[in-house]
Amino acid sequence: MGILTPPITTRDPKTGRAGGGNPPHGSGSGGDRGGDNFADYGPRLRRARLGVAVALTPILMLFVSFTSAYVVRQGLPTLDERTNTYVRDWIPVNLPVALLLVNTLLLVTSSVTLELERRRITRQAALAPVSSIPGVSLGKERSFPWLASTVVLGAGFLSGQWMAWRELANRGFYLATSASSSFVYLLTATHAIHLAGGLMVLLYAAATSLRQAPVEKRRIVVDVTAWYWHFMALLWIYIFALMWFVR
Amino acid sequence: MGLALLAIIWLITFVSTYFFIAKTWWLPHGASAAAQWIDGQFALTYVLMGVVFVLAQVSLGYLVWKYRDRPSAEPVRYSHGNSTLEVLWTTLTAILFVGLNLMGSHVWASERFEPAKAGAIPVEVTGMQFAWYFRYPGPDGTFARSDPKLMDPSAGNEAALGLDTSDPDSKDDVVTGTMYLPVNREVDLTLRAVDVIHSFFVPAMRFKQDAVPGLAIHMHFTPTEVGDYEIACAELCGLGHYKMHGMLKVVSQEDFDKWLAAREAEKQ
Amino acid sequence: MATTATLHSHAAPQGFIRKYVFSLDHKVIGIQYYFLALAAVFVGMFLSLLMRIHLIWPTAVLPLIGEIKPETYLSLLTMHGTIMVFFVLTTAPQGGFGNYFLPIQIGAPDMAFPVLNMLSFWTTFVAFVVMLSAFFVTGGAPLHGWTGYAPLSALTNSGPGEQLGADLWVTSIAIFCIASLMGALNFITTILDLRAKGMSLMRMPLTCWAWFITAILGLLAFGVLLSAGILLLLDRNMGTSFYIPLVVVNGQVMGHKGGSPLLWQHLFWFFGHPEVYIAILPGMGVASQILSTFSRKPIFGYKAMVYAILAIGILGFMVWGHHMFMSGMSPYSAFAFSIMTMAIGVPSAIKTFNWLGTMYHGRIRFYTPMLFAIGFVSLFVSGGLSGPFLAQPVLDIPLHDTYFVVGHFHLIMGVAAIFGIFAATYYWFPKMFGRMMSESLGKWHFWFTFVGTYCIFMPMHYLGMAGHPRRYSQLTELQYLKGLIPLQTFMTYAAFITIAAQFIFVINLFWSMMKGPKASDNPWESTTLEWTTATPPPHDNFGGHTPVVNHGPYEYSVPGAPRDYIMQTDPATVASH
Repeated sequence: MGILTPPITTRDPKTGRAGGGNPPHGSGSGGDRGGDNFADYGPRLRRARLGVAVALTPILMLFVSFTSAYVVRQGLPTLDERTNTYVRDWIPVNLPVALLLVNTLLLVTSSVTLELERRRITRQAALAPVSSIPGVSLGKERSFPWLASTVVLGAGFLSGQWMAWRELANRGFYLATSASSSFVYLLTATHAIHLAGGLMVLLYAAATSLRQAPVEKRRIVVDVTAWYWHFMALLWIYIFALMWFVR
Repeated sequence: MGLALLAIIWLITFVSTYFFIAKTWWLPHGASAAAQWIDGQFALTYVLMGVVFVLAQVSLGYLVWKYRDRPSAEPVRYSHGNSTLEVLWTTLTAILFVGLNLMGSHVWASERFEPAKAGAIPVEVTGMQFAWYFRYPGPDGTFARSDPKLMDPSAGNEAALGLDTSDPDSKDDVVTGTMYLPVNREVDLTLRAVDVIHSFFVPAMRFKQDAVPGLAIHMHFTPTEVGDYEIACAELCGLGHYKMHGMLKVVSQEDFDKWLAAREAEKQ
Repeated sequence: MATTATLHSHAAPQGFIRKYVFSLDHKVIGIQYYFLALAAVFVGMFLSLLMRIHLIWPTAVLPLIGEIKPETYLSLLTMHGTIMVFFVLTTAPQGGFGNYFLPIQIGAPDMAFPVLNMLSFWTTFVAFVVMLSAFFVTGGAPLHGWTGYAPLSALTNSGPGEQLGADLWVTSIAIFCIASLMGALNFITTILDLRAKGMSLMRMPLTCWAWFITAILGLLAFGVLLSAGILLLLDRNMGTSFYIPLVVVNGQVMGHKGGSPLLWQHLFWFFGHPEVYIAILPGMGVASQILSTFSRKPIFGYKAMVYAILAIGILGFMVWGHHMFMSGMSPYSAFAFSIMTMAIGVPSAIKTFNWLGTMYHGRIRFYTPMLFAIGFVSLFVSGGLSGPFLAQPVLDIPLHDTYFVVGHFHLIMGVAAIFGIFAATYYWFPKMFGRMMSESLGKWHFWFTFVGTYCIFMPMHYLGMAGHPRRYSQLTELQYLKGLIPLQTFMTYAAFITIAAQFIFVINLFWSMMKGPKASDNPWESTTLEWTTATPPPHDNFGGHTPVVNHGPYEYSVPGAPRDYIMQTDPATVASH
């Protein structure tokens, strides 16, 4: 009681990287803290962030691939078999722009709420070691339910996308109606599937918080999911812009 | 073991090289204007690559024998490499490879960068599962319209291509299953495909081009010797790919004119 | 300071399921991948055996299999290529050996994400099962070749096998993409984040460099293959026209229009070319490791070898159009791709010179791993030198889609890369299974395979020059093929012998696992980290302590040193580079 663990600053501790030229701390130093969660969550967080950064790369490549197929197809004339000439047969899709703008607002707002949650839980995790000090009480106060808000907004975005597809169908644009409509459905559906995956992880994050998992573990889940979520928001803005300007 | 490796590696090298030099199985006799240039570049490549092949394999065999471990072997010469040597052989290799490519590029340019010259005889080549059809535009010089809805492969020739008989230009379009070309005259090919990708390949003409559905690809070559040349399909197109072959008959200009006139007459 | 040991404090698992089925231990997962690849290679070899028999005896009726119709031949061909490229060459070198030895060679207790690792294996397994199921559905396996060009692969009525069989094929590949991406993520994070103290990037064994760049290639390429597969599934099943223009199949106008068959080729080969480097780079890493060890000499030009691997990786993404010179692509693009393709020959040549330089003034020990590494160099030279022919568009005119190409890629992928796998097996078997394989069986295996594969694949170059197209199920139609049948016959007999010889390997493998003489911790007197630990390694690889690295990976025959090799973890006082 009353023994302070060494102070931990709010920025992520840069543990000495093995080959990085830091002075050696003795090869066995880590082993002493084997049972202590606090000291190793810095590397754990860094590793998780590295993992998500690497994971976003093939997702980016998937959309780069779709983009190049889309752009080339949009500009490509097709051979009219009967006249033996090349004609452009691209039919611009009548996008439900107002609805899509509302969805964009929902998604961007959800990014904001998730970022607020990420920062809140970062502070909470940083202060956790001192929570044993009498008089300091953390983690039990009520704070704004940013995480829940994100889930609601994210679900709102997905249902908004569903409504957008229904509206497209109403306007006569189905998946196979034209090359342009195929791409619109392809891009938006692939994005929605990836976002839904992120939403599952957010629900898992909410579940871990309810189950009283250690705050460091919860922080890592929220942190990593937040970066993924922000990427998905930026990706959506890109897809929307692509469908609008390349039509 | 070192000696066995040397012997086998050298044996494989010399046997394979022998068959390359003896040309036991080789490119068929070239019968087009481009053949001499393509064959020339081919010869340059295979001599250079052949020399590299023999040197590399012979060195490999020699090194594994000479530096085999045995009681009387010299001590190992500890070294992490030699930067000068690295730079030297990197530069030489780059010059060899890129230089070789640039030398061949002018042949490629003359074959592919420019369209057929004026006066070339237009022929449309259409591939479908599993036959080649050749269409000649006749005296009016224009190809008539075709309509996919009119295509009937079982009826052959004009019907297989879906020739629109309501188009007046179609009266002189001749469609055959055998390709006739006059010698020493450039042909302006239009390559089409009806269902899947095929590839029009005439080894003796050193000519190959994929026929792609949705595209009408223009290519040209000039046959320089009278004769019969087999046409093979060179892009997997289904179960009949192996038997999708045709025949190119290169004849004199008079024989060609006679043949075409006879085909036109049949249509009346 | 937290070490990786504390981050991987999952205790050794208990129970059969946890230990051998859903293991999180990279060593078990590596062995699982290896055995998956072993099963796949026997399926693939069997398919090729049937192909070779059919080419020479087209009317033969085989027991159990029956008659091989033209479409059956094409299905065999398609599945042979697909299974070999994906489930052997993209699985054993990276998923098998990479998984097992990467963490150990960099001094880590496991991969960065062990659960993900386990999932990536089982996803690969599911992909394999889905692929094999294509044989058993109505219509059978697809006939469109491993390259799956549209519209042949996109139209369900373009041939037998192109209905459910083709859908299963695409689905299997899509699942495989996900599995590979999971694996790539693990490899990259592990190399960047889990290296032991002293293990700088430039002290990593070349095997690790190879696995690293291979993982990056996979990370960037498999997403594009996945996109291609998604578009193909949509065209096949949802009526879209990404790849299919207006076409008429057997007189029936299909409901597609405006699509581009070339789009499939661009997407597929953007993946497909890096894929072949994924198949060969680990073998190059293993060859470097083994040539150095058994010549008792450092690898010649370690830095140049690293730069060469990097150059191959980067250039590998810029050459895909060389598969499309005849496709109808712009001839100007063809020119650009061909220059890049010749450029990529340069780092490959550098590596070959350096392998030769490694053996120069060494003292070569002819154990079986070394034989296969030497064989690798010979086969890489042979396979590689037919590349400059194909890299020139004007020479590609007579050679594209002929047996010349088949000979080229088989020598490089189907033999050299396989020799890399064999070399790795013989080299690392003692560490993995605690026993030695039989040297004499190994040598028999080597000789039969080395000579046999040359006999099968070298003649293909002659066939190609003579104009023999590929993917022909019968040689009875084209007149000019008749004179080439004796060569085809020779290749078939060579294939019989070579395939039979692979059983020597299998017998050696399984017998030695159970009854081979016990292996010491470092039977080859090799320097890298896996040889510092027990044989087989304990659950956390290093028995509780974290290695500290003081030397480069290939310090053999250092003048003044007490032995002719310095382990990477030997004290720094021992003289080295």
